[in-house]
Amino acid sequence: MEFKFTPENLQKIEQEIKKYPERRPAVMFTLFLAQEQNGYISNEVINEVADILKMHPHDVLGVVTFYTMYHQKPMGKYHIQVCTNVSCMLRGGYEIWNQVKDKLGVGHMGVTADQKFSLEEVECMGSCGTAPMLAVNEDYYENLTKDKVEELINSLK
Amino acid sequence: MEKIVLPDIKNIHLLDVYIQNGGYTAAKKAFSQSTDDIIDQVKKSGLRGRGGAAFSAGLKWSFMPKTTNKPKYLCVNGDESEPGSFKDRQIFEYNPHQLIEGILITCYAIGAKTAYIYIRGEYHKWIKLLQKALDDAYAAGYVGEAMKEKFGSEFFCNIYIHKGAGAYICGEESALMESIEGKRGYPRVKPPFPAQNGLWGCPTTINNVETITNVPPIINKGWEWFSKIGEPKHPGTILYGVSGHVNKPGVYELPSGTLLTDIIYNYAGGVPGNKKILCVIPGGSSMPPLRGDQIEGVKMDAESLKAAGSAIGTGGVMVMDEDTDLVKVLSRISKFYHHESCGQCTPCREGTGWLDRIQQRMVDGKGSISDLDLLVTVASQIEGNTICALGEAAAWPVRFMITRFRDYFEARVSKEVDLAVANKVHSMRQTAFPLADIKH
Ligand SMILES: Cc1cc2nc3c(=O)[nH]c(=O)nc-3n(C[C@H](O)[C@H](O)[C@H](O)COP(=O)(O)O)c2cc1C
Ligand code: SF4
Ligand code: FES
Repeated sequence: MEFKFTPENLQKIEQEIKKYPERRPAVMFTLFLAQEQNGYISNEVINEVADILKMHPHDVLGVVTFYTMYHQKPMGKYHIQVCTNVSCMLRGGYEIWNQVKDKLGVGHMGVTADQKFSLEEVECMGSCGTAPMLAVNEDYYENLTKDKVEELINSLK
Repeated sequence: MEKIVLPDIKNIHLLDVYIQNGGYTAAKKAFSQSTDDIIDQVKKSGLRGRGGAAFSAGLKWSFMPKTTNKPKYLCVNGDESEPGSFKDRQIFEYNPHQLIEGILITCYAIGAKTAYIYIRGEYHKWIKLLQKALDDAYAAGYVGEAMKEKFGSEFFCNIYIHKGAGAYICGEESALMESIEGKRGYPRVKPPFPAQNGLWGCPTTINNVETITNVPPIINKGWEWFSKIGEPKHPGTILYGVSGHVNKPGVYELPSGTLLTDIIYNYAGGVPGNKKILCVIPGGSSMPPLRGDQIEGVKMDAESLKAAGSAIGTGGVMVMDEDTDLVKVLSRISKFYHHESCGQCTPCREGTGWLDRIQQRMVDGKGSISDLDLLVTVASQIEGNTICALGEAAAWPVRFMITRFRDYFEARVSKEVDLAVANKVHSMRQTAFPLADIKH
């Protein structure tokens, strides 16, 4: 599927490039923008980003695969990220992980059939003092209990 | 106790409030002095890096070349991805202008015209909060070209936020620079060091967010004042992030050298159910774990922790009670480093995989006593043989945890049901040291 940035997004990219002495450093920002607009990073996205930033597509792909926040397949409308690292684990992180996994019926990087939810087991998110935690898209939910998780997921429409 | 980094002033995150409380006067004061003077004051203050290695901030700044025709850069490290660390986000949220002012002063001291604040991508909310503060500071003329008029100085600099995208290794300073350059976060071989060959091959200084936030008060109140707080060899306050089995987890700003037991039992409210402590990792997950019976009298600063057989790291205190399954904990730690190894060096890439897989076997109940020796051997072969310190970060927890809890691990892999933890735990009742006053 063809991919072109919206004019507003193109403007944002040019704005971002001004922060740096060359175009390439804007690649991480540009990929986030593309993911927001397109839902995921397709090959077409990679070519378009390479074109705009005057990079080789391989270098763009290299960036995409290195960082865990870029997705090369469509994820759910609500991307749920559960931390199971030590501080969360000590306060029930795995119980939350299993609960969400069972409720959604998908595993790590799985997407539900209706594309509403996707799930990811993530490393420490910097909420160790408010553990256990999960994030839905960009928002953190901390100090979780099983009841809170149940309520939260039921509230996502 | 005076708080330097996160003062108890309501709404200090707002520009007006920050200014009403003397904000941006340290920058004005700094710009009227020579750059050598500023570096000298920071050196004498004894300020050491809060990002892990506790290196002298002033000394690091002095490595920046004085004469060069290349631009110079400051990178502010807000990657904060070390498990157990959640302190820099408090600064973004509660005291962003002091960070910004610290950046202005640091840029002035090292001669940088541009600073990048690298923040982990998951911190969407905190990036927005800091961006708002930065926009306000720009609009009011405290950052950028307008600074010249505002401060009546020749100097000005620009500050930009660079958002990461999920990779722990980008907290390592050379990987961080690669990432800002728009590349995969592969650590660079050192030397050359960043002060010679940093961002785009130009002289660069990298400091942690908390380190930089300490700078304005040092300039305002003087290096002598700062050098007298806490432990003389590692002065100032430290943001201790306490997590795990405590009643009141959170970030506590306390003088360096505060007793670990004080932090746990007084400030963080002790262990739920008054259980005993089996293990404490004092500085974030890559630092050597201490046994419960080793924490009595241990002070939380770089030198004291070194003497106690661990390190201050990022000050992230992870507390585990007597019922914790250490095999699972250590296995989870190794899984993390395996996942985060960038794969450039064979000992790290392969070694972290071995550590992870052997321990997975142990968690599944298929481990043996010889696995313990194998783990220690693999860990020792990673250490010192890699490009960056992620190698040590992966090896230390394994080597020290297994050595320090040898009989525990032996019992666990031999499937003995009763684990003999009695001689390893710390119990509040054994505390012989006076406890600090609690003011909340
Ligand atoms: C694997 C690895 C991860 C690191 N992550 C961070 C980090 O998230 N934040 C940080 O400030 N320093 C981190 N560091 C330390 C930095 O390399 C660097 O020493 C530090 O940012 C320097 O700042 P300071 O001198 O003010 O402490 C990390 C180091 C390694 C080896
Ligand atoms: S030690 Fe590990 S993380 Fe560091 S450069 Fe080598 S492979 Fe990468
Ligand atoms: S361990 Fe889960 S947020 Fe840090």
